[in-house]
Amino acid sequence: MNIPNSIAITPELVAAHGLSPDEYQRILDLIGREPSFTELGIFSAMWNEHCSYKSSKRWLRTLPTKGPRVIQGPGENAGVVDIDDGDCVVFKMESHNHPSYIEPYQGAATGVGGILRDVFTMGARPIAAMNALRFGSPDHPKTKHLVSGVVAGVGGYGNSFGVPTVGGEVEFDERYNGNILVNAFAAGLAKSDAIFLSEAKGVGLPVVYLGAKTGRDGVGGATMASAEFDDSIEEKRPTVQVGDPFTEKCLLEACLELMQTGAVIAIQDMGAAGLTCSAVEMGAKGDLGIELNLDHVPVREERMTAYEMMLSESQERMLMVLRPEKEDEAKAIFVKWGLDFAIVGKTTDDLRFRVLHQGDEVANLPIKELGDEAPEYDRPWLASNGRPALPASDIAEPDNYNEALLKLVGSPNQASRRWVWEQYDTIIQGNSLQRPGGDAGVVRVDGHPSKALAFSSDVTPRYVEADPFEGGKQAVAECWRNITATGAEPLAATDNLNFGNPEKPEIMGQLVGAIQGIGEACKALDFPIVSGNVSLYNETNGVAILPTPTIAGVGLLPDWSKMARIGGMNEGDELILIGFDGSHLGSSIFLRDVLGQTDGPPPAVDLEAERRHGDFVRGLIRNDQVTACHDISSGGLMLAVAEMAMAATKGASLTLAEQRGPVHALLFGEDQARYVISVPADLANFVGASAEGAGIPFRRLGTVGGDRLLVDEIIDIAVVDLVNVNESWFPAFMA
Amino acid sequence: MNSAVVQLPGLNRDRDMVDALTKISGHAPVTVWQTETEIPDVDLIVIPGGFSYGDYLRCGAIAARMPVMDAIRHKAEQGVKVLGVCNGFQILVEAGLLPGALMRNTSLRFVCKEVLLEVVNADTAFTRSYIAGEVIRSPVAHHDGNYFVDDETLKSMEDNRQIVFRYAAGTNPNGSLSDIAGVINAKGNVLGMMPHPENLIEAAHGGTDGRGIFASALDLVAA
Repeated sequence: MNIPNSIAITPELVAAHGLSPDEYQRILDLIGREPSFTELGIFSAMWNEHCSYKSSKRWLRTLPTKGPRVIQGPGENAGVVDIDDGDCVVFKMESHNHPSYIEPYQGAATGVGGILRDVFTMGARPIAAMNALRFGSPDHPKTKHLVSGVVAGVGGYGNSFGVPTVGGEVEFDERYNGNILVNAFAAGLAKSDAIFLSEAKGVGLPVVYLGAKTGRDGVGGATMASAEFDDSIEEKRPTVQVGDPFTEKCLLEACLELMQTGAVIAIQDMGAAGLTCSAVEMGAKGDLGIELNLDHVPVREERMTAYEMMLSESQERMLMVLRPEKEDEAKAIFVKWGLDFAIVGKTTDDLRFRVLHQGDEVANLPIKELGDEAPEYDRPWLASNGRPALPASDIAEPDNYNEALLKLVGSPNQASRRWVWEQYDTIIQGNSLQRPGGDAGVVRVDGHPSKALAFSSDVTPRYVEADPFEGGKQAVAECWRNITATGAEPLAATDNLNFGNPEKPEIMGQLVGAIQGIGEACKALDFPIVSGNVSLYNETNGVAILPTPTIAGVGLLPDWSKMARIGGMNEGDELILIGFDGSHLGSSIFLRDVLGQTDGPPPAVDLEAERRHGDFVRGLIRNDQVTACHDISSGGLMLAVAEMAMAATKGASLTLAEQRGPVHALLFGEDQARYVISVPADLANFVGASAEGAGIPFRRLGTVGGDRLLVDEIIDIAVVDLVNVNESWFPAFMA
Repeated sequence: MNSAVVQLPGLNRDRDMVDALTKISGHAPVTVWQTETEIPDVDLIVIPGGFSYGDYLRCGAIAARMPVMDAIRHKAEQGVKVLGVCNGFQILVEAGLLPGALMRNTSLRFVCKEVLLEVVNADTAFTRSYIAGEVIRSPVAHHDGNYFVDDETLKSMEDNRQIVFRYAAGTNPNGSLSDIAGVINAKGNVLGMMPHPENLIEAAHGGTDGRGIFASALDLVAA
């Protein structure tokens, strides 16, 4: 019996596919006739915001993407960066926000699965994962359920697949009540001369479908992810895919085995918009047409229509162009791993994307135009006015500094994330040198005696909201700083830009400002963006999320035996602040969490100082002059020192001699380009002299020792009390 | 001394195990795919950790029915040492080579952390390099490590000194009965344990407490 592919195209149907009347007219002009139902689905999949970047492309082009170490910039499945010795690191970050809100476990799990697939599609074995998670207010009725599901989903997929999760972020803010953020990062290792790309080459070659079977799950997922939510979102649950990490692990091994044989000409994973997007990309990039015969697609449901097969987002699937003479060898590998292997089409020379089903041609579209001619918008945008200056002298001092510090240490956003990361396998593969809880995750490069990679994911959304440009700069600077704090040289980054509805000029203004800030910081710090993802329409009932451009970066440690850790300080060491004294309390967590105010501009980022201070600290670490290092970010100097003391379970005695400016700004100010280092006492004078010689501002803070954290007469807290407060919030919240 | 590492789809600590055995013994173990019906002559067969067959149905249940398991059973009967770690332990239990069952952690959550293990029996072929009562560090990483066995079997296991590792007081991560972390068969040549000694064998891991198990099993320590 034939499965119907013909459904009348009505304006309602066009609108339901997320296409505007203008966009539909563009389709009519392009193909000179009314599209078939399947073709409408294909256009909707290719032209939605998620796949086409139609609102952001114009601005993304302004980002620096090149550098001496960049092997592959944006445009492929992931970025590729040289790490010497013929090795390279392949990495990307991608959002799975909308699905994770609708179905937290599967949404988060398939987010992890998708990013892992992006990495191994390029021929790299995944070696590290991170996750930047943002949830609504802790007292919102859905938050606990979402935290529980997302964390279990991230762990469920990554643990089973077998990649260590070495870092990430978890934050709460009421602005994420209706739209949580799940940004998944993965990095893999490959040889620089064995990178696989999606560009098809050669006419008449077999297009091969590999991996899991196609079902109806996720049909229309990318279109769903390109719209705002309203009260009917529960109805969207069927558009969330279901993950199978077991199949993905088998797919990884089979793909890497197959790549060794020399059979693979081009490879593209099926992610958003599944078969449609992967086939079009492979053909369009190689200036070739693609013909698919859906009768050969392995399916796990009966009577699937061409439309459903083309738009299915079933997970753990790959499309490849293979050398015909290697077909049998390739098939044997996939059979060994229990995976499907089917020739579903061929490359052609006519630049058409043709889809056959049951003897009918259900789609025949110009392949280049599907991707390249996607609408691109220069949407109107409104620059943020920023906020007036807020001098620290206008901000109240706390009555009790002990209470203020304990409040910050135990607050929802600063409390220990142990409850979360103990659900992730952080040690699998045996190469994790620094696990979550420090400045950056560090993973040893397998097979090399001393090399390691550092990973960090950062953004401070409250800064971006207050000033998108400075906030964008700060996200990059903090990521660069966290990587530097281990002693690593930051190499490159990936960006995951999460914003509201770009059709609103003020939201578009946030996006534009943040991208400009990111671009400026990446240029100044030689920290190019090599891959990325944009997630827009993160709004519910007209309320947008905090603008959240997550930056995830990678750094290289030539010799991990000299790496610095947050908790490495020893009894008798001296603590030294590198950078200026704290002075800026605008948009700080002291203001928000202690005084309950949201006000003032974010700290300005002096990129020149950022670079000089960071280079200086990295030099000290590499010369083995530092026992511990931590960057100063939210919570300022005092929270940084408290975190170092907790990690080392050692006390310290600090003095603020000759301070200028208010004490609360000195302790809690969030001024940028700063670190706290711990150095052996006999090196302290030398380190001070080096800083002076290099023109680096510093302050000698005091000595490590005892079991209490002391600051002159104003702070005196037992480290064990800090630890208890810091560790208790999350388990108590989730209990 | 030669060793073999079993590979099944979904296992994911096979590379960690191969790496540990290579570093400790000085040469790489042979790897044995699930469909093989014969295992080469080795002194130690290791079933590593992971999620064989996705842990679908029940952890280890599908793997326990693969052809390679008959070969392992045969070797075990001949006295060859068999070590199952994490999923490997679950597979050995499902295959009937070890008593008991491994249930969901009482927290119902996956747990990855470092725990302390008490070496209860230091007279086995796997623990000779430790001292009875010694407390060693070890990471765990599992969702289903909650060991259970009926009272009668537990009693006989205790009488036969089959409890090899216990989680030290206060560090039981999964609710295991009697804090059991690792058990051995009555004959003394098949050991199953939930913790991952292979992830604590060198300075980069932050310690070497796990080496003793491999050094013992590979006869790299004085008897």
